[in-house]
Amino acid sequence: MATTVNTRKKGGVLAGTANYLDERVGVAGILKEFGRKIFPDHWSFMLGEVALYSFLILLLSGTFLTFFFQPAMTDVIYNGVYGPLKGAHMSIAYASTLDISFEVRGGLLFRQVHHWAALLFVAAAGLHMLRVFFTGAFRKPREINWVVGFALFVLGMAAGFTGYSLPDDLLSGNGLRIIDGMIKGVPVIGVWISSLLFGGQFPGHNIVARLYSLHIMIVPALILVFLAIHLFMVVIHKHTHYSGPGRRDDNVVGYPLMPVYVAKAGGFFFIVFGVIMLIAATFTINPVWNYGGYDPSPVSAGTQPDWYIGWLDGALRLAPTHLETMDAWGHTWSWNILLPLIVGVLFLVVVAAYPFVEAWITGDKREHHVLDRPRNTPTRTAVGAAGVTFYAVLWAGAATDLIATNFHMSLNQVLTSAQISLFVLPVLAFFVTKRLCLSLQRKDREIVLHGRESGRIVRLPHGEYVEIHEPVDAYTQYKLVDYKDYKPTLARPNAEGKITAAARVRASLSKFYFEDRIAPVTQGELDAAHHDHHEAVEAAPAAEVKAVTAKKAPAAKKPATKAAPAAKKPAAAKPAAKKAPKKD
Amino acid sequence: MSDKPKAIKGAANASDEFDYSAGLAVIPADKIEDPGLEPHHVRMTDKSKKHEKAAARQVALLFFVSIFGSASALVIYFLFPLSTTEFGPVRENTFWLGLAIALGTLALGIGAVHWAKTLMPAAEQAEARHQTRGSEETRARAVEIIKLADQESGFSRRKLIRRSLYTALAFFPLPGILVFGDLGPNPGRTLRHTKWAKGVRLVHDPYGAPILASDVTEGSVFHVVPANINPDDEDYLEQKSKAAVLLVGVNPEDLTIAPDKKGWDYNGIVAYSKICTHVGCPVALFEQDTHHLLCPCHQSTFDLNNGCAVIFGPASRPLPQLPITVDKDGYLIAQSDFLEPVGPSFWDRSIN
Repeated sequence: MATTVNTRKKGGVLAGTANYLDERVGVAGILKEFGRKIFPDHWSFMLGEVALYSFLILLLSGTFLTFFFQPAMTDVIYNGVYGPLKGAHMSIAYASTLDISFEVRGGLLFRQVHHWAALLFVAAAGLHMLRVFFTGAFRKPREINWVVGFALFVLGMAAGFTGYSLPDDLLSGNGLRIIDGMIKGVPVIGVWISSLLFGGQFPGHNIVARLYSLHIMIVPALILVFLAIHLFMVVIHKHTHYSGPGRRDDNVVGYPLMPVYVAKAGGFFFIVFGVIMLIAATFTINPVWNYGGYDPSPVSAGTQPDWYIGWLDGALRLAPTHLETMDAWGHTWSWNILLPLIVGVLFLVVVAAYPFVEAWITGDKREHHVLDRPRNTPTRTAVGAAGVTFYAVLWAGAATDLIATNFHMSLNQVLTSAQISLFVLPVLAFFVTKRLCLSLQRKDREIVLHGRESGRIVRLPHGEYVEIHEPVDAYTQYKLVDYKDYKPTLARPNAEGKITAAARVRASLSKFYFEDRIAPVTQGELDAAHHDHHEAVEAAPAAEVKAVTAKKAPAAKKPATKAAPAAKKPAAAKPAAKKAPKKD
Repeated sequence: MSDKPKAIKGAANASDEFDYSAGLAVIPADKIEDPGLEPHHVRMTDKSKKHEKAAARQVALLFFVSIFGSASALVIYFLFPLSTTEFGPVRENTFWLGLAIALGTLALGIGAVHWAKTLMPAAEQAEARHQTRGSEETRARAVEIIKLADQESGFSRRKLIRRSLYTALAFFPLPGILVFGDLGPNPGRTLRHTKWAKGVRLVHDPYGAPILASDVTEGSVFHVVPANINPDDEDYLEQKSKAAVLLVGVNPEDLTIAPDKKGWDYNGIVAYSKICTHVGCPVALFEQDTHHLLCPCHQSTFDLNNGCAVIFGPASRPLPQLPITVDKDGYLIAQSDFLEPVGPSFWDRSIN
């Protein structure tokens, strides 16, 4: 024992370092556990990665900016290199933003990198959420991770807004003014909250410094914590994979972390960085020098918040006129502010709670690791489409003035249309999406049962024309039939013999979800479909079909799955598939 | 719930001992059989040495391009300096520096991904996945540990300790909340008053020059602040954000004046608060043809001829009017402060 321990390891510095680290932190065990961990591969899994990398880029570029930015609102007279503003009163925050832009080499570049990365971060996180939603990746055991991801999305918006307000320019100042107006509209405590936030009257001299500590410390720290939890849970659960042959709830199919994912994901970080850098180098964003420092009197027309705040701004705009009311004691209820706030909060609550609602309806307590193709869950997909539409209308609502001026339309009509659209379009989107999903499912069934259209028309001896349908290979076929199918339930009495209100609600929701359903093709249906085919139709193109399928390696598996039914009724068995030669 | 729980395998791994209910799921008896993983996709680089070598060269080339990009960024940093007198050079500095860094990172990233996609194994592998819940044994041990901890500490048994602990924990954060009390002062009556007062002259924003009534022709618009605030004041922006006023000259015959606001205008010259009654943006856009004031933030529209009543948009209240007149020199002055709070609504706005 002693001799082996003391034996000096061969292999030079690298092996020496590895040995050093293993004896102190146990890297060998870590590598053994995680080094060959399997990650499934799909382009849509990249969206979360884009969000993660954007965040890293935000940390890097943001740290650079903190070295130059001064979050103070003390009034100064500008005397920098930007001529048009020379001699103007402004806050130190705004002046230092100008200095970063004009007097620090790469300063403007990194300001733009930071802003573009922020826009991309929220966008990628949002798309990632949509991917998770539409593929059902939020189902057990990932409901909590959905909520963590949701928190990250909200924190992303908070990080964005607090950062947007820091330069203390006219545009962001007006954004703060709107926030202040909204806060003041909150019943009972509004005025107090506003005074606490701004340190007195709006705008005061404190808000930039306060937002700064939120923006560079509290919010990013929270994002880091939630990111750690988010990724930790991904490791615990292992990543989901799309349905397909060989992909089951009890395995994970993909490529090993080392080397494939280290190279792919590591490389992808640099690609995201590069793309953001390219955009930042070529496209101006937030040219604060054009706006001037904050002044409560002027305002520019066509002002827009950053895109992710748009839906809330749109909600404010869509509130009808004269909503404000007074109650009997003379207190003011600003429903024109409260209603949009409530709508926004409710929307977020629905998003956060969705996994739990769906789990309650299906009552499915199993773990789900195989993702749904969106068409195979028509109602969920339709609900998602309705939600996206609702969000999109609110979002477009934030641009009513730009839509009106660019398309030469009446502003009033654009706004009224948006108000109507907010209620009509989501319903429309729901039905259209649901029908589309059901049609796609029917199409899948058709392909499995009767093969895919080959586009070749054949004339039969007795004069009939038929199109040849080629059977799809076993792998494609399995992808089309492998999904979970649910059926609605009735409200049933509980142990005490009572039908509870909850049971009734669940029953009607289950009806809403699963009444229209296309069940996956079963083996029995598949066999029956093949038997039903007219002998002549099947026999005639057999030779040609054989020629086609013979070239395809995947068809090789077919005989194996067909063996049992074929043995029972050999005469009626499908000739083409049967004769496909084995390749393996 | 009351549906027959179908005891079927959850994450149907043989080693997973717990069967979950499938709820409303339909479990088909004759599901089409899983053919297993499809055969590997064979790439050109798997088949031919030539392609493999070419791919290797491409990856290395991309890495060299990356080196070139990053190195040229170092040169560009010095090649495109900024000026201390003009801001023009910022353009070149930003563009070339960004381009070079982008080349460095993009080529590096694309090279790594290209390496993974062409030269690393393309065969998908499967790994077992287990139920997230612990085995029965693990769970039993966890319960045991909690019970043991409870027993050893007497947490359930000693009510007095437990309850006093809860109370202590509830009280502990309160001072932490209270210390935030000085974040801002008591708002008091600050929202109800502005710097306007009897005799205060209306002056141009931002030049500060007083305005002669005779200069306000029909259809002209002035952005106005009270003469008693100054950009050097400590609270200049706070006062301005309440006192900003829009002064418009209109044909007196076009004005519909409410009985309680008679004499607030001066020969058709009206002054209205510029702070939107919705959420406080400056209502800075005046449409001469229609006599409408428009807030560019949320498009609330006010009818100037009719006491600035809201005719469109999310605002609910008219813009407050500032009563004005002229002094002996013919300059416009305020008759008094606004008679109601300006700006966004708040909870006890209408209680004095």
